[in-house]
Amino acid sequence: MATASKAVADSRANLPFVYRQYSAEQLKQVLYKMYLIRRFEEGAEESYMRGLIHGTMHLSIGQEASAMGICMPLAEDDQITSTHRGHGHCIAKGAEVKRMFAEFFGKTTGYCKGRGGSMHIADVAKGNLGANGIVGGGIPIAVGAALSSKMMKTGKVVVSFFGDGANNEGAFHEALNMAAVWKLPVIFVCENNGYGMSTSTARSTAVKNIADRAAAYSMPGVIVNGNIFSEVAEASHKAVERARAGEGPTLIESKTYRHRGHSKSDRNRYRTKEEIEDWMSNRDPITLFESELREFGFIDDKGIEAIREAVAKEIADGIEFAKASPSPDVSETGNYVYTEQA
Amino acid sequence: MDAMVRELSYAQAIQEAMAIAMDMDERVFLMGEDIGVYGGAFQVTGDLVDRYGADRVLDTPISELGGAGVAVGAAVTGMRPIFEFQFSDFATLAMEQIVNQAAKMRFMLGGEVSVPVVMRFPAGSGTGAAAQHSQSLEAWLGHVPGLKVIQPATPYDAKGMLLAAVADPDPVMIFEHKLLYKAKGPVPEGYYTVPIGKADIRREGRDLTIVATSIMVQKALDAAAALEAEGIDVEVVDLRTIRPMDKQTVIDSVKKTSRLMCVYEAVKTLGIGAEVSAMIAESEAFDYLDAPIVRLGGAETPIPYNPELEKATVPQVPGIIVAARDLVKGVR
Amino acid sequence: MPTEVILPKVDMDMATGQISRWFATEGQQVKKGDVLFEIETDKAAMEIDAPASGILRDVTGKEGVDIAVGAPVAWIYADGEVYGDKAPISPLVGEMSARPTEGDAVPPTSQREASPSALPGISPARGEIDPSSAGRRATPLARRLAREAGLILSAISGTGPHGRVVKADIDAAVAGGAKAEPAAKAPAEVPTSTASAPAVKAMSDDQVLKLFEAGSYELVPHDNMRKTIACRLVEAKSTIPHFYLTLDCELDALLALRSQLNVAAPMKKTDKGDAPVYKLSVNDMVIKAMAMALKAVPDANASWTESAMVKHRHADVGVAVSIPGGLITPIIRKADEKTLSTISNEMKDLASRARSRKLKPEEYQGGTTAVSNLGMFSIKDFAAVINPPHATILAVGAGEERAVVKNGEIKIATVMSVTLSTDHRAVDGALGAELLVAFKNLIENPMGMLV
Repeated sequence: MATASKAVADSRANLPFVYRQYSAEQLKQVLYKMYLIRRFEEGAEESYMRGLIHGTMHLSIGQEASAMGICMPLAEDDQITSTHRGHGHCIAKGAEVKRMFAEFFGKTTGYCKGRGGSMHIADVAKGNLGANGIVGGGIPIAVGAALSSKMMKTGKVVVSFFGDGANNEGAFHEALNMAAVWKLPVIFVCENNGYGMSTSTARSTAVKNIADRAAAYSMPGVIVNGNIFSEVAEASHKAVERARAGEGPTLIESKTYRHRGHSKSDRNRYRTKEEIEDWMSNRDPITLFESELREFGFIDDKGIEAIREAVAKEIADGIEFAKASPSPDVSETGNYVYTEQA
Repeated sequence: MDAMVRELSYAQAIQEAMAIAMDMDERVFLMGEDIGVYGGAFQVTGDLVDRYGADRVLDTPISELGGAGVAVGAAVTGMRPIFEFQFSDFATLAMEQIVNQAAKMRFMLGGEVSVPVVMRFPAGSGTGAAAQHSQSLEAWLGHVPGLKVIQPATPYDAKGMLLAAVADPDPVMIFEHKLLYKAKGPVPEGYYTVPIGKADIRREGRDLTIVATSIMVQKALDAAAALEAEGIDVEVVDLRTIRPMDKQTVIDSVKKTSRLMCVYEAVKTLGIGAEVSAMIAESEAFDYLDAPIVRLGGAETPIPYNPELEKATVPQVPGIIVAARDLVKGVR
Repeated sequence: MPTEVILPKVDMDMATGQISRWFATEGQQVKKGDVLFEIETDKAAMEIDAPASGILRDVTGKEGVDIAVGAPVAWIYADGEVYGDKAPISPLVGEMSARPTEGDAVPPTSQREASPSALPGISPARGEIDPSSAGRRATPLARRLAREAGLILSAISGTGPHGRVVKADIDAAVAGGAKAEPAAKAPAEVPTSTASAPAVKAMSDDQVLKLFEAGSYELVPHDNMRKTIACRLVEAKSTIPHFYLTLDCELDALLALRSQLNVAAPMKKTDKGDAPVYKLSVNDMVIKAMAMALKAVPDANASWTESAMVKHRHADVGVAVSIPGGLITPIIRKADEKTLSTISNEMKDLASRARSRKLKPEEYQGGTTAVSNLGMFSIKDFAAVINPPHATILAVGAGEERAVVKNGEIKIATVMSVTLSTDHRAVDGALGAELLVAFKNLIENPMGMLV
């Protein structure tokens, strides 16, 4: 991405990182995408409640700044592995919401042709190697992708998103160790939303901060406020630079909060309405970013309204596209189990 | 084949195959625990690290789950990893990555990726390594759509099937019996492949089909030689691949001999023998059966340490002879 | 536009749900986030919040009623929004919920109820396999070869383990010139038959029908009883070497005793007034005589099996009972030990339940011999088909006055001809004769049946 010109940069010298680093257009685009993630998930939730979507889903509403901030410095051919709470990562990495809706609706036009659904949403062409139904399942795979990058000298950086729950999986520790030993271009991003399903990190994790785990694997451990876009993007920038320079992996702990339950069957018994209300009212990442943009003069109310309207249209069109798309034929159930031999 | 044929051990044949694969394709690399200067737990990689360097003969930490995941990730992103487990028993540590990730990734992503990873598993009993280092777990993985599972029984097949596995776009799991590593056999020089999914008739016969896997192929052949003196003519089918299984070769053989016995080292119950038997019972060969189907498999116990007990746990040549004789003579 | 309140999907496999409790009522002011109602699933209760602030209207979702996922249950009108008398139309219709079979491996009902032959792997030809071989041990290969050679499997002795017929046995049968005949085309549904022999059928259905002018007949499909009778009789006649012995028995003494006994029968109270506790028939006495004869000649009380002679300890007498559409043979067990009155009453009960087809299998399966009586039709003499596993059957003709010669004089006597069919494998000629003579002695000296 082009960065802001020198003159502009000087005028923003005292502003937070992203306002120095990116153009107004780029930042408006970020706001657009944060809204797109939010409205996509609300649309998916609505469709789910109406019985249009099968199975379950895990919403990342409240974590949009984390997904956008981490993906901000990534190039299109950089890669990510994602999680069951991966809709935001997918959009942040460049996926189209209409094909995501189509996937959720189980249609052939979906990213996985209706075979994966919400939990396996992917966009390989944009470098998203897939969400994962197994907690921690994507972390070693990201290390493998980074090993490919190093061996094939492609210069690609790989980001592995995972939640706080995954930091207690063996795969996390094995993968971080190997990445550090081999100095691989990989960034481990723990989106700590406070709860692994219902169990809080305080009850599940021996260290206070998951970033503290980085010390065990001789890599930088960075804590950011995951609800402040600029903070997340700045940490990601540094980690990407370090990875591209061949200095090895970084562990970023992005502290955030999911407004919704773990999945659609969550009854929110483990947290209070007051706690949820506080995060929604006082620490909403979109509200925070929007007010900064306004305060620093990057956008006005009219601009914001235009973004909201454009997002609403893209979402409505996406749902229409998904509804109108064909379902796969039952006779094709066996496809994609193995590579079709020519 | 014009290439010169030499006698090589099974382990040498595998090593040669890996070297050829690395020579032919720079995306191919080896990873595993102590496969570098140590040469691998069974000296299969040997001195390959000297020829290809530590980057392409990559020692991993003792991290089976993570290592398998790294291999999967590398395969998805363009490399051709060959991942060696020290013992097939350690597949249990990596089941998540093998079963949930490697096997399903292509399917879950609607065909957008393929996972050309090869995993090698030294398997089987007979080395006194006891219960946690002697198992035959191939049927576990054979149960998973998305994986291919092979069990070469000869040095020739070990080389040809490994090269076929490397060329295959999907995850291939190779179970190598540890007692076979020193077995010698003719192996041509240079590149050749033995197809995955194709069984081989090792010995033709009229009276009985023995479907065997891995080390049991040689045992079945030894039994067949002994039975020949009694006028019993045994056909030995080496299954070679357990997923996808070559049903037609087995069906045709049973239609010819009208009798079927399955011999395999893994625990008898719920294993390859059950699968082959059921497959025959469901097939056109059913109407050709002139005797009940017999399975000879491992005992329903972990593998014991004591050498006599260990031998008694898995099928041996005398047992195969008796079972085959009883079957053909109509005692069963 | 007011905000729609729907019944949301709150569980993975939920197509409908029930509202267990409303926390707000029609016309009530609600705030976004207030708990509106509670949904009960089989796992838990879930509180549903108001999606908007305003006044709750058109509460159509009743408590305790199944409601489709996505269906509107109420509407919330924002402050100032005009409330009409008609509920708005829901903007979306639940697509996946409306298709409950989505992702379901079970095929739709119409497919499930398809005929068995439509199921994969079951070829219609399977139903045509010789049914009488069902209980025969034979390898699949032997079965197929027998079928192809037109051999009757049960007529071939098996040399395999447990008497199993193997390929070599079929080969030997073919080499030995066993008569190859087309196996009977048996009905698709043969009831549990432990029988062995099938038989031959010279003509196909088509060949038979071709001999009659079209329209000159009506086709009545066989019911199971007809199929069983056909199968069992063909089997009996084609596998059992029958031979026949006929004898005349004088009945006068028996008839006199029967009258005496019936007159002497005590009375009991019934719904229809007083009735005798028994009323003996000639046939009851034939049953008793046959049973006692078998006890007297125990070698004849036998069943044939390939490996051994089954010598029975009791005389269980089957009695052929004609019923609409066929016949059935209920068994009087241990008839030798039972009194005439017991046999008589038991027989009445069995015959009545046989006619209403209410016999249990154990009441008509087995037995060591049988009696078939056509005397009531004035049949003089006939030969009956043995009903395996029996080795004998007694065919009883009418008792009639005949001129008999006694001590050089012609006299009138009531005479009944009986014919014993025997399975020659189990009962030789002399043995059969011995049995029949024992029977005759009991009939002509009936006091013997009372002691």
